[in-house]
Amino acid sequence: MNILVFIKQVPDTTSVEVDPVTGVLKRDGVASKLNPYDLFALEQALTLRGDGSVHVLTMGPPQAEQAVREAIYMGADGGTILSDRKFAGADVLATSMTLAAGVRRLGSYDLILCGKQTTDGDTAQVGPETAEHLGIPHAANVLEITDLSDGHVTVRVNMDESIETLRLPLPCLLTMDKDVNTPRLPSYKRKLAGTGTVDILSLKDFDDRDETRYGLSGSPTQVERVFPPENHTEQVVWDGEHLGERLYDYLKERKFVRGGM
Amino acid sequence: MYKTVTPEDCAYFKSIAPGRVWVGDEIAEDYHHDELGGITRAPDVRIQVLSTEEVSAILAYCNRERIPVVVRGSGTGLVGAAVALEGGVMLDTTAMNRILELDPDNLTVTVEPGVLLMELAAYVEGKGFFYPPDPGEKSATIGGNISTNAGGMRAVKYGVTRDYVRGLTAVLPDGTVLELGGKVVKNSSGYDLKHLLIGSEGTLAVITRAVLKLLPLPSRVVSLLIPFPSIEAAIGTVPEIVRSKTAPTAIEFMERETILFAESYLGKKFPDRASPAYLLLTFDGESAEELERQCETAAKLCLSPERGALDVLIVDTKERRDSVWGARGTFLEAIRASTTEMDECDVVVPRDRVAEFVLYTHEVARLTGLRIPSFGHAGDGNLHVYLCRDEMPEDAWKEALAEGFRLLYTKAAALAGQVSGEHGIGYAKRKYLASQHPAQVSLMRKIKAVFDPHNILNPGKVV
Repeated sequence: MNILVFIKQVPDTTSVEVDPVTGVLKRDGVASKLNPYDLFALEQALTLRGDGSVHVLTMGPPQAEQAVREAIYMGADGGTILSDRKFAGADVLATSMTLAAGVRRLGSYDLILCGKQTTDGDTAQVGPETAEHLGIPHAANVLEITDLSDGHVTVRVNMDESIETLRLPLPCLLTMDKDVNTPRLPSYKRKLAGTGTVDILSLKDFDDRDETRYGLSGSPTQVERVFPPENHTEQVVWDGEHLGERLYDYLKERKFVRGGM
Repeated sequence: MYKTVTPEDCAYFKSIAPGRVWVGDEIAEDYHHDELGGITRAPDVRIQVLSTEEVSAILAYCNRERIPVVVRGSGTGLVGAAVALEGGVMLDTTAMNRILELDPDNLTVTVEPGVLLMELAAYVEGKGFFYPPDPGEKSATIGGNISTNAGGMRAVKYGVTRDYVRGLTAVLPDGTVLELGGKVVKNSSGYDLKHLLIGSEGTLAVITRAVLKLLPLPSRVVSLLIPFPSIEAAIGTVPEIVRSKTAPTAIEFMERETILFAESYLGKKFPDRASPAYLLLTFDGESAEELERQCETAAKLCLSPERGALDVLIVDTKERRDSVWGARGTFLEAIRASTTEMDECDVVVPRDRVAEFVLYTHEVARLTGLRIPSFGHAGDGNLHVYLCRDEMPEDAWKEALAEGFRLLYTKAAALAGQVSGEHGIGYAKRKYLASQHPAQVSLMRKIKAVFDPHNILNPGKVV
């Protein structure tokens, strides 16, 4: 089974600071890491690989090589970075367009796996949109692959209130839910051995080289303002009888819990 | 003999701690034992204290009336030190849980004894500081940590609780309040009573406040999980790592069996379980380059043909640390969940004898018919060895346990080790301490008599 895994390098922090003037994420001095959600996809791919291969694909600056290398240390056979100044400033549409172009350039595959979202963008749209561009079926928030035979994959999908079982023809794209497995750790042995190759592709390598479809110029999303959420530190202190009921009513009123059973 | 607590005594306690006194059946079963169980006795009165003044008044009263007093924090001890063997009063310090001051100029934090280790760690780390002692039981109180001189995972590089106590406020049995040490860094002013109280397990005085030393928080931390083909190969590598001058903060060893217990206990998979034995190293530092150099040196050393590590796995993000260290933190509970009853041995041996001792536990398992899983701090020589009853009948278990302990403590003494590395002596390990160090225990008894002439503080413990 030949599997592609989409990965992304994200800031290694839980508190991303936003420049209040420019509205741009402050990335300077913040260490990067592989998007934690992608690790579940990569682990799933390595488990399914068999005699096939696992290849990772990312769009990003040349520094994204670090993330690709990390995937290789975990067991991926190789990786490709889609890197070009013209890809910069991409929204979800332009990003998925770029990834789809990269996938076409890489050639044949049986399955594409991605994390359900990234910890910096949090849109959860890039995977499914890429599948649409490629004209292949997809399923999001996959909890488990229960069967893989006769050119089809059967998956259980987390629909929040219910679990849906779907059967999709290959090739298809799946986004893996959080905590569906325990990702293996990167291997120093693979690191010291220099295993795996990393390629870089840019716009000139694509079949479709129409610049207006990529990066900022291919992005219909216009960001008007980015701002950090306000901190609410208001405290309410109660004393006396029936505090449990009061707390429930209070939370229900503010729609933090759902009323009625 | 001690006086039996009367309604008049209780009325006095209630006048000192109104609404915070529980008597007889009002005392929950939890307060009859510590975490290991086995040693059980209900206190007659449980008093939740809030201040040094309350502790002083209650102690002076009990000293006068000859009522025994035992201090209890979270009750996470493993040797029965916080069990009211003689009944009497239990001073519960858990409500004295305020962090009083963080002093960035003197690099200290001042706390009440009921603050939990995890609360302290989160508080100081949130402000960019570091309290290095890191015992596995994060819900233990600081008062308990000081009373046992708790150690933990980072002892290899940073030392133990004793190394981070700058000052103590403590109350003697007659109610006298002592201020020992303080925010001073140096102190050569007479006998160091502060250090005498640290590790005294509530037998000399009651600690009501502590000034703890802090360090700047290291900005980067990386662990390496290193699989080996055998426990001998894993532990045999430890002296090489110590000698390599890479200065790990922690060197833990674990066997596959323990990892499998933790998986079933947590319902969560460990990132690797293919190998019979593992070492877990942690490095900290300020720059990525410095850490990379330490990790690479250790990795190459372990992967060399002489040491024979199967791989070196990198634990470098919060998610990866949680998956590995989260499991490590549950080993004790996981082993307990795997058996019907167990007892533990927390010996410490010189670091270069750890391998020999661990292999000897396998021999003891064979000789006694007990299952004896172990894990521990290979880097500081402190091992946690668990003797598991499983399906053994009561009489056979008692006999096998006694024989197992006898063999293990005799071996530890022969290797120039000590009875307890960090859990303390309490009630359960008293006879092993007395037999290994009769002259020292005799001196300890005299010291105890000076502090506590009526023997009201935690009677039947340590000495």
